[in-house]
Amino acid sequence: MSQAALRNVSLEIEDGELVGIIGPTGSGKSTLVQHFNGLLKPDSGKVYVDGVDLTLKDTQLRPIRQKVGMVFQYPEHQLFGETVLEDVGFGPQNIGLSDDDVVQRVQEALAYVGLDFASIKDQSPFELSGGQKRRVAIAGVLAMRPSVLILDEPTAGLDPEGREEILAEIRQLHNDGITVVLVTHSMEDVARLASRLIVMDQGAVALDGTPVEVFGQAARLKELGLGLPEITELMHELKANGLDVRTDILTVPEAEEEIIRVMGWQK
Amino acid sequence: MRMFRSVTIGQHIPGDSIIHRLDPRTKILSAILLIVLLFVVNGFAGYGLVALAIALVVRASRIPGKFVLRGIRPLMMILILTLALHLFMTDGRVIFQFFFLKVTWEGLVRGLLMGTRLILLIMGTSMLTLTTSPMQLTDGIETLLRPGKKIGIPAHELAMMMTIALRFIPTLLEETEKIMKAQMARGADFQSGGLMQRAKSLIPLLVPLFVNAFRRADDLAIAMEARGYRGGEGRTKLRELQFQQHDLVALFLVVVFSVLVGVFF
Amino acid sequence: MTEPLIRFSDVSFIYTKTHGGEGLPALKDINFEVFEGEFVAVLGHNGSGKSTLAKHVNALLTPTSGQVVVAGLDTADQEKVWEIRQKVGMVFQNPDNQLVATTVEEDVAFGPENLGIPSAEIEERIAAALQAVDMLSYRLHSPHQLSGGQKQRVAIAGVISMLPKCIVLDEPTAMLDPAGRSEVISTIHRLNKEEQITVLHITHHMDEVIGADRVIVMDEGSIVMQGTPRQVFSQVDLLRSLHLDVPQVTDLAERLRNRGHRVPQGILTVKEMVMLLCPSD
Repeated sequence: MSQAALRNVSLEIEDGELVGIIGPTGSGKSTLVQHFNGLLKPDSGKVYVDGVDLTLKDTQLRPIRQKVGMVFQYPEHQLFGETVLEDVGFGPQNIGLSDDDVVQRVQEALAYVGLDFASIKDQSPFELSGGQKRRVAIAGVLAMRPSVLILDEPTAGLDPEGREEILAEIRQLHNDGITVVLVTHSMEDVARLASRLIVMDQGAVALDGTPVEVFGQAARLKELGLGLPEITELMHELKANGLDVRTDILTVPEAEEEIIRVMGWQK
Repeated sequence: MRMFRSVTIGQHIPGDSIIHRLDPRTKILSAILLIVLLFVVNGFAGYGLVALAIALVVRASRIPGKFVLRGIRPLMMILILTLALHLFMTDGRVIFQFFFLKVTWEGLVRGLLMGTRLILLIMGTSMLTLTTSPMQLTDGIETLLRPGKKIGIPAHELAMMMTIALRFIPTLLEETEKIMKAQMARGADFQSGGLMQRAKSLIPLLVPLFVNAFRRADDLAIAMEARGYRGGEGRTKLRELQFQQHDLVALFLVVVFSVLVGVFF
Repeated sequence: MTEPLIRFSDVSFIYTKTHGGEGLPALKDINFEVFEGEFVAVLGHNGSGKSTLAKHVNALLTPTSGQVVVAGLDTADQEKVWEIRQKVGMVFQNPDNQLVATTVEEDVAFGPENLGIPSAEIEERIAAALQAVDMLSYRLHSPHQLSGGQKQRVAIAGVISMLPKCIVLDEPTAMLDPAGRSEVISTIHRLNKEEQITVLHITHHMDEVIGADRVIVMDEGSIVMQGTPRQVFSQVDLLRSLHLDVPQVTDLAERLRNRGHRVPQGILTVKEMVMLLCPSD
């Protein structure tokens, strides 16, 4: 497959950021993030992680992949272990940790995704519910104790409750100092979570900025076939219809205050 | 050209030549005759005639010769092995001797004969797959096997299995790549280590692949049932195969040629 | 009063061991009707029983107790199963796992072939069905060359080519990106309006039910709410307690109303909110 690769992408992600990467299907989002841990290598250009050049021939990729964890789309489709313990412990085992350490890591990772180690560790991952499978799979990546976590559409196919749980876990990870890169189609999700948005289009970076800055470019986003969070769109529409509201609004509570202010509804 | 990517699974090369337009059944039957013929004939003269015939067919199909020869490459090892076995293992007049290895005249002749036979076999059958789409091939096999139903040959089921396999090969390839990447992201290593080590490292790839394949099969079975599928009975086809005049002519020529060559050489 | 196209009367269903279940009831005393030409959405979180309900409409599952009648045919009647499946087409969640053939046209032909339709007529039906989902130019493509939204449209075409009265779509958009989702949603609305095909659309995406004539909300195997989208979405708290989302605009309207402002119940779209707040034009 030689489709929509990347063209002249230059970007830096700082420690502790929570970056959302958005863009239409085929815009190169997934290709881009697979360069972050050396699963793909650029034809030209350089990729550095923590100062290490991933494009050099003799760069050891294993430590990089331990540092930069990656959760693929529908990660539950990659489960293989006979038990949850075996599956989640796969990563730590590959690093060469002792059995005790592996168990320790599994315990910690399962706690992160809100699963009870004692009751779930000996179960077969294939017999869990859909939402639990997804969380076990994510734990499998967290067990490597990555300092950067990349998630490709982590909430795809989940119902609203499952989605909220995963998003809350991502926020928690970020609060604990992990750098998070979130690839998603959901404008509402990134509007609520991300501190920075990168918009990809045809293999290139189209927009890069804070959510307020990016969603301020409504016309450009529409051009790329992307929407705004519904609430932001509402503010743009209100403004277009003569109501003097701010349009840099990303959440429902913000919109609530702004409308009350503009309508003069305060008593 | 993008349209054709769909059908180039295997080694089919789409075209509009007279060979392409033949009914798949004509081509399948001809290929079978060729196989029989190659086992009946046992001499360079006969093989020469068969080679000539195959060359004519290749010419008529307008498929570049290199595609036809390409089919031989993966079987090179077998060819060499066949040749070597016959060369060294046949008793007879010794041409030269190297320690315990004797090369005999008879061995050389038999080795070359066997080699030629294999090459012609591969070239002939690859003409079938090169000029016939997998879909047509499946249809052809199904129709040819239909009379065998009475003796319990599940013609329709076999064809359905082939169709589904063809449909899902690209999907499964994509999935394999994705799972490999996901496990590599968790530090899996599919390349290094000894044989046992490598076999073991395949488990994280194969288990999910099988689990997903079963899940897909389940889904597909329900979807097929929902669309009214209940086996081959009472089913019609979008395109019924049509045996045409040129098929009769072609088949007649092939039969006559085979009988003549088979009897006289 | 015309006879409903689909009627569920006191339907309960328990997954047995043979279904790979635990003996828990998946449907409990379900009663509802769908009339010809309607667009009905079924909402519920994962495990609420909505997929089980869907599979009852075309006899992929039959009730443990109670009765499902489709176009006058009882789904429990073994002999009527194939007739029912012709009348009720079904589209599933995973776009990859429901296409059978190696080309789009062969796949659309699959249903009519099963019905024993003559070749010439199948040809016509393929053209009409692909036209209806706007995929005619992809006729000779193979499924793996298509996007998720396109695959689902082909799956829909594969169902329409059987000339059903009704299509049941079991979370057809759950695995699609936003572009694919809107392709599929606009396609089924068009089929409902232009071809008068009755639609039963099962989803957990709130914004997809706004255009429906009627919404049925399920929880733990029972129907817990039923009504027009406006009626259903005016009960924001109840929806939340059922682990369902509401559109952001509806959420906003509810918050404003709760603070005592003059905002009516059941605001569903950006347009309605704009009309409310900017009444000048």
